[in-house]
Amino acid sequence: MKRFIGFVKKEFLHIFRDYRTLFILFGIPVAQILIFGYAISTDIKNAGIAILDLSHDEITQELTDKIISSGFFKRTENLINYNDIDRVFKKGKTKAVIIFEKDFGKKIASEGNASLSIIADGSEPNTATLVTNYTSAIVSDFNMELAGQVVNNSVRIKPEVKMFYNPNLKSHFMFVPGVITLILILICALMTSVTITREKEFGTMEVLLISPLRPIQIILGKVMPYFLLSFINVLLILLLSWLVFGLPVKGSIILLLAESMLYILMSLTLGILISTVSETMQQAIFISLIGLMLPTILLSGFIFPIENMPKIYDYISMILPPRYFIIIIKNIMIKGTGLLYIWKETLILIIMTLIFIGLSVRKFKIRLE
Amino acid sequence: MNNTVIHVHNLVKKFGNFVANDNLNFEVFGGEIFGFLGANGAGKTTTIRILSGLSKPTSGDVNVAGYDAYRQTEQIKKNIGYMCQKFSLYEDLTVKENITLYGGIYGMTKSLIKKRTHDLLEKLHFQEFENRLISDLPLGLRQKLAFSVAVLHEPKIVFLDEPTGGVDPITRRQFWEMIYETASFGITVFVTTHYMDEAEYCDRISIMSDGKIVALDTPGNLKKQYDAETVEEVFIKIARPVYNAVY
Repeated sequence: MKRFIGFVKKEFLHIFRDYRTLFILFGIPVAQILIFGYAISTDIKNAGIAILDLSHDEITQELTDKIISSGFFKRTENLINYNDIDRVFKKGKTKAVIIFEKDFGKKIASEGNASLSIIADGSEPNTATLVTNYTSAIVSDFNMELAGQVVNNSVRIKPEVKMFYNPNLKSHFMFVPGVITLILILICALMTSVTITREKEFGTMEVLLISPLRPIQIILGKVMPYFLLSFINVLLILLLSWLVFGLPVKGSIILLLAESMLYILMSLTLGILISTVSETMQQAIFISLIGLMLPTILLSGFIFPIENMPKIYDYISMILPPRYFIIIIKNIMIKGTGLLYIWKETLILIIMTLIFIGLSVRKFKIRLE
Repeated sequence: MNNTVIHVHNLVKKFGNFVANDNLNFEVFGGEIFGFLGANGAGKTTTIRILSGLSKPTSGDVNVAGYDAYRQTEQIKKNIGYMCQKFSLYEDLTVKENITLYGGIYGMTKSLIKKRTHDLLEKLHFQEFENRLISDLPLGLRQKLAFSVAVLHEPKIVFLDEPTGGVDPITRRQFWEMIYETASFGITVFVTTHYMDEAEYCDRISIMSDGKIVALDTPGNLKKQYDAETVEEVFIKIARPVYNAVY
């Protein structure tokens, strides 16, 4: 046991002495959370909008006020004619232009309908879709109010939409669990595979193997510091997302931490497995980054919903551990569910961990022969 | 010298159909400097791995430091030291931290580690480097330190796998003085090398070729037997024909 403690101490020294390792361990997670949380936001807030009002009457004024005061938009300019549209888009601030046709108010009064155009900047498809959706919603809302005033005789269905668990449709709800999932598997697998292949590359592994330390002690000793630090990482990310984005943990925090430990363990064993198949640190880095980061971002359901993917990708994603952890963490954090609803995913992660351990031990034994 | 520390009888190690060690027989005695020579690929590394408990023989009797290489590898590991050319300690740890680490791994007590560290640094005139990172030391110093660390726990046998590769002649000379000193304390030195002048320093040498030991005697006797001026000539006469045929 004393041999083991000395060995673990040495591993901590390696980590704390190398500022790059420290940066990867703690700098990247914080940066990722902030970047994903702020920059890659799918919410609209103060999007620039320009108005081309060819009618200038009471109703167009009222609708314009409603749109601007919604909080989603900010008026950039009032345009005079159609030629201004191209110019105002090129300036970049304006994401959409709303055009009221001539005699808008009069037509509504006399004919009961008038047309309004929403022109969006299609060079940014995502924003364009969001902006047009939001405006359409506001306009149809206005429509209802107007209809309520003018015609009271016909029955109308007015849907009232509510987003359960995430009433304001904040995208942090999607990103924070995703980022935790991505960061943990990436850092754990990358760090362990690199630290083990480093010993192989420098030849110190040979010396350790010849020493009285048992192989299992060597592996555990190398992995243990990363387990501890990754766990601190989880706490850090949760704290950060709570303080910065106001994202609470609805379910049991104990369960969340326990599941995180399981996921960290799984990622570490995956890292060990990677180290047994790679001879150099570069190989280990390459496998960890390309083999884990891209599939996790693209296929785990982190950003793109698995339901919308072609079936084949659905099947591929089934072998990706992040897919299951995202479900677990979203359930606990956002829906507040207990183990009862996530035991299947938990079981899959446990089985995966055991498989990785089994494969690593086999590979390791072959190497020793 | 009749206290045998390594006893190898009919050792065979096969990897599939490939025979890496073909019926080896030799003995190494306590306090002896035993040179283990052979061209690359002759099977030296395989033998060292078996003797150090890393790998199990296919057949034959192997006994190291009184322990059986099939069942008592744990005990063997505790009683040997090991150093190879590639190994130059952990570069991002200090001299003292490296010594403490290996002392700890070999189960030495804190006070013993402290005492030996002090003695060792004094002997090497290394006191000023105690808290320096290994990466700040020149290669020669690192190799000397690596050797001292390999014998820190006073093993019965120390295996040196090409310990002087890439080291300048003066350091090599000093290194061999350290080897002599170690052997004088009764620690057996089992050394492989490519430098034939170093082979002359050994008490006895064995020359391996193609998985077999083709010669084993004192350097003087071998030179007489093969009518050669130096060990290098002996080596070329014995190992070269096969070496040329293979490569």
